[in-house]
Amino acid sequence: MGNVGAKEIPVLLSPEGLRIDGRRLDELRPLTIQAGALHQADGSAFVEWGANKVLAAVYGPREVHPRHLQQNHKAVIQCRYNMAAFSVDERKRPGLDRRSQEISKVIGEAFESVVFAEEYPRTSIDIYIEVLQANAGTRCAGLVAASVALADAGIPMVDLLPAVAVGKVGGAIALDLKKEEDNFGEADLPMALVPQSGRLVLLQMEGHMTEAELAQALDLGVKGCREIYEKMKQALRERYAIGPMAGASS
Amino acid sequence: MSRGHRPGHRRRGREDSSSHPSGERILVLPGEEIPAHGLKPGPGTYRTGGKVYASVLGLLSSRPPLVQVIPLSGRYIPKPGDVVLGTVTDVQGTFWLLDIGAPRWAPLHMTGTPWKIDVGETERYLHVGDAVTVQVENLDATGRIGVTMLGEGLGKLEGGTIVHVSAARIPRVVGRGGSMVGMITRHTGAQIVVGQNGRIWVNGTPEAIRRVTAVLRLIDENGQRSGLTDRVESYLLSTMPTGPSGPREPPMESAGREGPESSEPSAPPRSPPMLDDEVEPESDEENGTDESGDL
Amino acid sequence: MSEEVDAEIRTTHVLDLAAEGRRLDGRGPDEYRKITIEPGFVATADGSALVRIGDTAVVAGIKLEPGKPFPDTPNAGVLTTNAELIPLSSPTFEPGPPQPGAIEVSRVVDRAIRAAETIDLTRLCVTPGEKSWVCYVDMHVIDHSGNLIDASLLAAVTALAHSTVPAKRFEVAEADYPLDIQHYPIECTFVRLGDTIVVDPTFDEERAAQGRLTVATDEAGRIVAMQKGLVGAFSPDDVKETVRRAFRHGAELRELAKGGTP
Repeated sequence: MGNVGAKEIPVLLSPEGLRIDGRRLDELRPLTIQAGALHQADGSAFVEWGANKVLAAVYGPREVHPRHLQQNHKAVIQCRYNMAAFSVDERKRPGLDRRSQEISKVIGEAFESVVFAEEYPRTSIDIYIEVLQANAGTRCAGLVAASVALADAGIPMVDLLPAVAVGKVGGAIALDLKKEEDNFGEADLPMALVPQSGRLVLLQMEGHMTEAELAQALDLGVKGCREIYEKMKQALRERYAIGPMAGASS
Repeated sequence: MSRGHRPGHRRRGREDSSSHPSGERILVLPGEEIPAHGLKPGPGTYRTGGKVYASVLGLLSSRPPLVQVIPLSGRYIPKPGDVVLGTVTDVQGTFWLLDIGAPRWAPLHMTGTPWKIDVGETERYLHVGDAVTVQVENLDATGRIGVTMLGEGLGKLEGGTIVHVSAARIPRVVGRGGSMVGMITRHTGAQIVVGQNGRIWVNGTPEAIRRVTAVLRLIDENGQRSGLTDRVESYLLSTMPTGPSGPREPPMESAGREGPESSEPSAPPRSPPMLDDEVEPESDEENGTDESGDL
Repeated sequence: MSEEVDAEIRTTHVLDLAAEGRRLDGRGPDEYRKITIEPGFVATADGSALVRIGDTAVVAGIKLEPGKPFPDTPNAGVLTTNAELIPLSSPTFEPGPPQPGAIEVSRVVDRAIRAAETIDLTRLCVTPGEKSWVCYVDMHVIDHSGNLIDASLLAAVTALAHSTVPAKRFEVAEADYPLDIQHYPIECTFVRLGDTIVVDPTFDEERAAQGRLTVATDEAGRIVAMQKGLVGAFSPDDVKETVRRAFRHGAELRELAKGGTP
């Protein structure tokens, strides 16, 4: 999408239908999730997804600061998505820019859609997402990390929130874009799924695609989310293993 | 207050919880469907479309009439009757605010203390940073927590220190019939007051406090696993001081290391001492659940 | 305010232990927690490192961009350091403008890097007075369990030592080249607990501390920065003794940083 005036546009799709990194169209990048990666937070997770490295921490439910944000009948959910200055090729100025603020808002609202916030009136659930290394799809990686961190923090919710971006590259609908595909592809469609209900609580699109392509992209995204969902559950099962202490599962 | 009492222990039933009827402990995650078998959905669950799902990460408990999920993590959720340890965070004219590790700070009103206090004199009795043992009296719909300091074993804590563990780990810290905390006390000679909110007061010699701290960290990190009792006991035996002037013990993070000249001062985060790998899963151990789903 | 109030008896306990030469986690007064150093942790940076000291973790990333030299140093590149104490790392940090604590960490680390002449800034000059490299050192505290200064400088210097000048990418030269470091400053932080001065304080120890003293040394035997912080005082003899200890620890930490840790 950032290809106007670019010097050279890489070949994003081989004649065999393989992508720039050799993946098939419906293939995810390698994904590892560590639940409980930090010591100070009530819940946390570290996600390495392709060349993304993203940390999430959850504090709360706790007293609301600043006080005027307090809500009488539910917890307020505050989300802060931030990119480290060194997380991208051209150094990013530290602090929240407009893009980060928008992403913080839509991620926060996605979680508000699944968290049983009414169980904790007049409190705050604070979600912090830090992108340490970015390579397209950081909001989805952040959502996945934050969702595992929320479960790790014992927050009640409808379900975990797997998320993935689907895009259009070289004319084809592809799952989980990496940076070159995001930069030079035709469309990018990040989404977050509630597996229990099959509904989407985050959906954005940049670029252009046809109605038929959108339908295909949604199908592919939901399928990708279900695959990611299994890895999220696995990460939590490892952290909360209930087998004998030697490590073997009973 | 009298140190002889361990107010946290007296709650009936908490440490005597039992497992799933099949004897198998089942970990469930938010969004996972739960077999309800006609039972009413209790805490940690929700119902939609005629099915019951877990809303929190925890252990499944099916005990008529409720099916529920006992959380394995998260902040302390107060229950009336719980004895908890708190820290004063703010002083007002007629009350103090206490941090008890719950979602909200708990006001302790001056009438809920054994002291005769005039309005505005609260500052003379408790300061910010003071530690107290109080009992949860009531909760209102807004999540406001009422606590009292009137009762046996309640009051201001002096000396010792406070160790934090996950509130979900308290049944494990206590053990069946107080067995775990009893064993720790026996092996270390420390005085221990267990708050249901995961805050534990420990007093004794510096060695005793450090060994208790190490054991509590071990339980905190492994509280949902079986084999814990043996692991704790072997840690306590392996760190038994040889005498008043015995050798310095290794730091808790690196049990078994040779001495301070090592270039690796301690173990990685979240890795308490793993003393051996041959511990059998035990069958007689309580499963760390709390069946009093009366919230 | 979101500052978590710590029970005072915890602070008292830290001080009682110190009176017997003991510490909460069993360390001696002159022992660091376990240190791990992972260079190259962030691939998008021109140099990076993840450093852990006990439960404290800091990621440093280096970015180099072409820019303009300062008018008063036309033959030198520009060095900028910035520490972020992000709210993810501690219940006591809030979002918003940099807190004084973050600014202090940035400046104390910056002084050591500069005074030690860690990198030869003249090598970062491209065209005198017109074009030079700007070297950004960004430190992200991700887990705060005390002693942020030592961890931050260790991360920053390790990251610098493993940095590449992206000359080709910015079409400044034919090929990228390593950003060699010429000196290796190490900061060692001590706190006073009663009559004892201990190295590498934990969060609990910093709260109990009656004064904090940071001493930066380099491999050439120079003291390259100092900072007294927190409420409390040190006698001149305390300072001299602390400097001696800082040289000894500095040498050990420098070897660790050079060799990398598993």
